[in-house]
Amino acid sequence: MYIIFLMIGVSITVAGLFLGAFLWAVRSGQYDDDYTPAVRMLFDNDTAPKAKPGSREKAS
Amino acid sequence: MEAALQTNVQNCYHCGDACVEELVFAHDKAFCCTGCKAVYELLEENNLCTYYNLEENPGITGKKQASESRFAYLDDTGVETQLISFRNEHICKLTFYIPQMHCSSCIWLLENLFKLNPGISESTVNFLRKEVSLTFLNQQTSLREVVALLARIGYEPEITLADTDGRKTTRTSHTLIYKLGIAGFCFGNVMLLAFPDYLAVTEGLQRSFGSFFGYLSLLLSIPVFVYSARGFFTSAMEGIRQRMVNIDLPIATGLLALFTVSIYQVVTGTGPGYFDSFTGLVFFMLIGKYFQQRTYDTLSFDRDYTSYFPVSVTVLKGSGEEEATAVRNLKVGDRIRIRNQELIPADAILLQGAALIDYSFVSGESEPVEKVAGEVIYAGGRQVGESLELEVVKEVSQGYLTQLWNDSVFSKEEQQRVSTYANAAGKWFIIVTLLVAAGALAYWVPRDMNMAMKAFTSVLIIACPCALSLATPFVHGHTLRVFGKNKFYLKNTAVVETLAKIDTVVFDKTGTLTEPSAAELHYTGKPLTAAQEQSLKSILRHSTHPLSQRIFQSLRGEPTAVQHFREVAGKGLAGEANGYMVRAGSASYIGIKEEAAKDALETAVYVSVDGVVLGYYTFYNVYRQGLEHILTDLRDKKLAVLSGDNAHEQERLRGLLGQEAELNFNQSPVQKLEYIQHLKEQRHQVMMVGDGLNDAGALRQSDAGIALTNSVTNFSPSCDAILDATAFNKLSKFLSFSKTTMLIILATFAVSLVYNVFGLTLAVQGLFSPIVSAILMPISSLSVIVFATLSVKIAARRAGL
Repeated sequence: MYIIFLMIGVSITVAGLFLGAFLWAVRSGQYDDDYTPAVRMLFDNDTAPKAKPGSREKAS
Repeated sequence: MEAALQTNVQNCYHCGDACVEELVFAHDKAFCCTGCKAVYELLEENNLCTYYNLEENPGITGKKQASESRFAYLDDTGVETQLISFRNEHICKLTFYIPQMHCSSCIWLLENLFKLNPGISESTVNFLRKEVSLTFLNQQTSLREVVALLARIGYEPEITLADTDGRKTTRTSHTLIYKLGIAGFCFGNVMLLAFPDYLAVTEGLQRSFGSFFGYLSLLLSIPVFVYSARGFFTSAMEGIRQRMVNIDLPIATGLLALFTVSIYQVVTGTGPGYFDSFTGLVFFMLIGKYFQQRTYDTLSFDRDYTSYFPVSVTVLKGSGEEEATAVRNLKVGDRIRIRNQELIPADAILLQGAALIDYSFVSGESEPVEKVAGEVIYAGGRQVGESLELEVVKEVSQGYLTQLWNDSVFSKEEQQRVSTYANAAGKWFIIVTLLVAAGALAYWVPRDMNMAMKAFTSVLIIACPCALSLATPFVHGHTLRVFGKNKFYLKNTAVVETLAKIDTVVFDKTGTLTEPSAAELHYTGKPLTAAQEQSLKSILRHSTHPLSQRIFQSLRGEPTAVQHFREVAGKGLAGEANGYMVRAGSASYIGIKEEAAKDALETAVYVSVDGVVLGYYTFYNVYRQGLEHILTDLRDKKLAVLSGDNAHEQERLRGLLGQEAELNFNQSPVQKLEYIQHLKEQRHQVMMVGDGLNDAGALRQSDAGIALTNSVTNFSPSCDAILDATAFNKLSKFLSFSKTTMLIILATFAVSLVYNVFGLTLAVQGLFSPIVSAILMPISSLSVIVFATLSVKIAARRAGL
């Protein structure tokens, strides 16, 4: 029955990872705009997609 | 498609407007103006025609093209640094507000800007906020070029003085979401650990692991206590410090009792504790807060004059050359040029040009005002007609209009409203709770010390008015959404409660009660023959004066050629057409003595043909649709009108509003503010409905300031709620609905009270256990949420909202 210690430890760790992922997603602004990405994904890509120049770092 | 294009009225391929004034044919497509055609050609050249495939006629009309030199101020490093949010030696990042954005084509084009200007490396649209975030390369392009490009394709970003004030709009804080996430995580896990308590079959499990589960739950509850629930404790403490009892005080007491009793039980091994109830309560109440917090992203409720004023103005240098300068840097003595439809940014003396200033937004005067050289023109007016030369006499921050913002009303921070229903109920709650707890203690102490402690703590726990505290946010939150659906946008949920208490409604006249763009024409005198009418129309066509334009539109017939056309600015015009010598203008221009002119307050345009005065046109305001109907609905309230305009509409307003209504004319912005102040001193609950900058003080001073606007993305003064003009006829419905919601809150209180009475009965008997708590707590919270949601929905449907 002592396996239960391990099981609960694992379950809380996994749940904790999801919590962490959630907090990270909120922090990185993924919930800021819930409309535009849904439209954006429907745009067709050009036949020869040009690599977007420039960097992608975040302005803090 | 091609065939369809050939039939009568054609729509512009770019913007979809009907091609009335001109019709440009290019590339087998019809355009309403060369501006639209130019945008199309630019996009076609760059292989961006997908723009037209995503939505039909997505473009923004190119008719109002202005010279790109007006962006010169963007080269100014001071302005630039205030607009740019991040910069290093290679890249710049900034965000523009683009209210014109309206469809998926817009998103597509704005995200493909890099094809039009390779210097732009990335552009990301936030459609709901109507913003585009840009990254561009310093070396390849400049801020000015980027803005000019956006303007060229029809998406000119709105850059106002407020943007250069360094007061960046703060992003919505995520704290509540973090709190909610952590509370949810802990609640879920603690509930899992508490499960063995609930079921008899797992009793063995509970015996061997009980204390492990208990300590683990304690560990998981600490972040909830310390972080997620902190808001309730600080709010309760603040209430005590201000010697007021708010709803958070009984909540904080309950939470504290729950937490300490649970720790005690776990540490002493006397029981599993109430950690599941504790975390669950916090989680549910945070949901309530989150629900209440919803705001409208695209709307801004705290704008002041700086969001209305432009950033730059054309300054004339000594040598006569023009230079775009930031308005902030305007100095007394600078000479500025104001073109048609431009705003006057600072109080200035007119040096040259025929000024015809439209003050309707600023002072509420419905007709443009004529000014002659040497007169002072106050900031905020919009020039209609030819370009002017002015000399600045006061700096922007010292102007007549901006003085309004120095009133103490604007510097006051909004205080926490304590008179809400929930807070009033909270006071009674804590009194009853303490009485019952003391009673239980008195009863049990002589009999059983253990039971006494148990009964005492469980009374405190069960009395935690969590269901009560959920009622208000959910009812108000739903009301906010119902209003939002009907184009009435509240700043926050507290406004609902304020609206329910309103007993006085004050209206602004121009632009609020009246339709700003329309005026009714009335002709008095000898009727004009069709030929005379036609010649009058032909002559009026050549005048840009707004009154001429209005008469022009009301006349029949096709304009013909005009000879000997003459216009005396601000007075009238004359010309020969159809063989008639027609003169139109003010009484003095036509040659009628002032006393013969009917009413000095009324604007009248006289018409004479071949030297004989035939009659005159008078202009009446057009009142908004449904006005009569809402005014009848509001008869039980005190009504008043504050108008910056003169009293020529007094009779009609009196008829509309009734004998009791107070009508005030020629009111300055400060007088309006003082009038509201006066009403409030008489203990009235005042709602002000206004639209312009001149109402800003009154809107701010009133209990509920409602800004009426024809387009919600346009500028609206600082207010508590924004009402779309199309929903104006529902105003009385909104007021009565907010009253209904207060009844719903009371009903919800009653529902939650039933649970509390039931729980208290168990508690005083010492029968309240973790399992009872685990059942009662979620059921009461959920039923309150469901009850609140359903009753608001039903009430809204009944009210026709």
